[in-house]
Amino acid sequence: MEAITARGLNVYYGGFHAIKDVTVSVAPRRITSLIGPSGCGKSTLLRTFNRMNDLIAGVRVTGDVEIFGRPLYGEDVHSLRRRVGMVFQRPNPFPLSVYDNVAHGPRVHGTTNGKELDEIVARSLSAVGLWETLKDRLREIALSLSGEQQQRLCFARLLAVQPEVLLMDEPCSALDPISTTRVEELMQELKKDYTIVIVTHNMQQAARVSEDCGFMLLGELVEFGRTDSIFTKPSDRRTEDYITGRYG
Amino acid sequence: MDKLVSRLLLLAACSSAAILALIALFIFKEGVPIMARSGLGAFLLGRDWSPLQGQFGILPFIIGSLCITLGALLIGVPLGVACAVYLAEFSSPRWVNILKPAIELLAGIPSVVYGFLGVMWLAPLIRIRLGGPGLSILAASCVLAIMTLPTIVSISIDALQAVPKSYKQGSLALGATEWQTVWRVLFPAARAGILAGVILGMGRAIGETMAVIMISGNSTAIPHSALDSVRTLTANIAIEMGYATGEHRQALFATGVILFFFIMILNGAALRFARRKF
Repeated sequence: MEAITARGLNVYYGGFHAIKDVTVSVAPRRITSLIGPSGCGKSTLLRTFNRMNDLIAGVRVTGDVEIFGRPLYGEDVHSLRRRVGMVFQRPNPFPLSVYDNVAHGPRVHGTTNGKELDEIVARSLSAVGLWETLKDRLREIALSLSGEQQQRLCFARLLAVQPEVLLMDEPCSALDPISTTRVEELMQELKKDYTIVIVTHNMQQAARVSEDCGFMLLGELVEFGRTDSIFTKPSDRRTEDYITGRYG
Repeated sequence: MDKLVSRLLLLAACSSAAILALIALFIFKEGVPIMARSGLGAFLLGRDWSPLQGQFGILPFIIGSLCITLGALLIGVPLGVACAVYLAEFSSPRWVNILKPAIELLAGIPSVVYGFLGVMWLAPLIRIRLGGPGLSILAASCVLAIMTLPTIVSISIDALQAVPKSYKQGSLALGATEWQTVWRVLFPAARAGILAGVILGMGRAIGETMAVIMISGNSTAIPHSALDSVRTLTANIAIEMGYATGEHRQALFATGVILFFFIMILNGAALRFARRKF
């Protein structure tokens, strides 16, 4: 089964037509990247998949979207967002302890047992490679961590609620090159268990990390396919112009 | 020219600090001797205030001030913080535009008007429904709670709105509800600011005089229940200053010294909370 399928998806911000008739299917346990110039709608498309756009007043979404076969608007938004988590551009750990950051998700979804939470925290931090560094610093405020650690913590915070899909909105754009490399390695680890969709400004990053790639322009999904074929023999002229750096 | 202006501004800044220093000096000069003479312990812990007999114990007033302030906070803090949460997080901009100025307007109503409402409406209500004299800790606490609302609400709104949007987004993106996000993320993040607002509101409550004189009943006895009359430190000074002379007058200044310390401690605490980062 496909992880995400969208058919005839349109998103409007008031009178502005931000996503135009997008049809796409995202395969499970792979990394799919969305590229395109600023304002092309790639972040909007990403944020449609966990309904974060709904927080903006005046948004209208039409068309069919299914996440692992279940319609996007067929369940309540809280359980949908639990299944489809999101990592943001800037690391945004809560101003709470490391432990409480990771435990936040499970707690709001009803896990109160202390031992259970301890296990979830340990498991989630291990999965993002932070457990060894932080296991004695769980009570420290998360804001005291480095940028890379903060972003890893945000990954861990998501994994704690055991989502099916991880949406990443330029997750490395606030990190230095070395941290970026390490976070990309982490993404390769995570794709064994999770479906990842990443929006990136950085075409090299898309080429490095993703198996599938979509190129967006002015709200349209111009081209979608295997990343290597998009980057070596794009079928659309506009894609070619973009990846060869003629604009963007 | 610039130098001159900056000198003038410095002078203005210094003069307000100097006024504070002068006030402190003055009430200390007038008040400290009587405390020294009757002993600080006897003054603070004495239960008997009989100026004509030379008995100056202000314990009943300290208890009165603390009870009324505590009562005002018990009512005002939940109300004010709930109001701030609604206005900062849940309400539509239209409601904010109506409600926020309305709450801020509460601060502009003269305290004597609050006292008047308390005397005419609240005190009789309490007397008939709950018993006692009506003019009581409960009545004064209710009125002071309303008077502290503008401070608590507007500072709490600022504190909540200063929390970066990314925290809220992060929490919602995990599937938390709005309320869970407020309770588990925004409150802890805004805690310092909200506490500062509460402490400043408390300063307002403890320093309020006119409304309290009108509705607390001004009994000099130690209260036994929330329905008893009390007198506060501020009321004690305001009521008796008109005719006090000699030691009696000094004792009123000494009451002011104690009040001064209360306020300093509260403001110090507010500053500490406001500066602390999470």
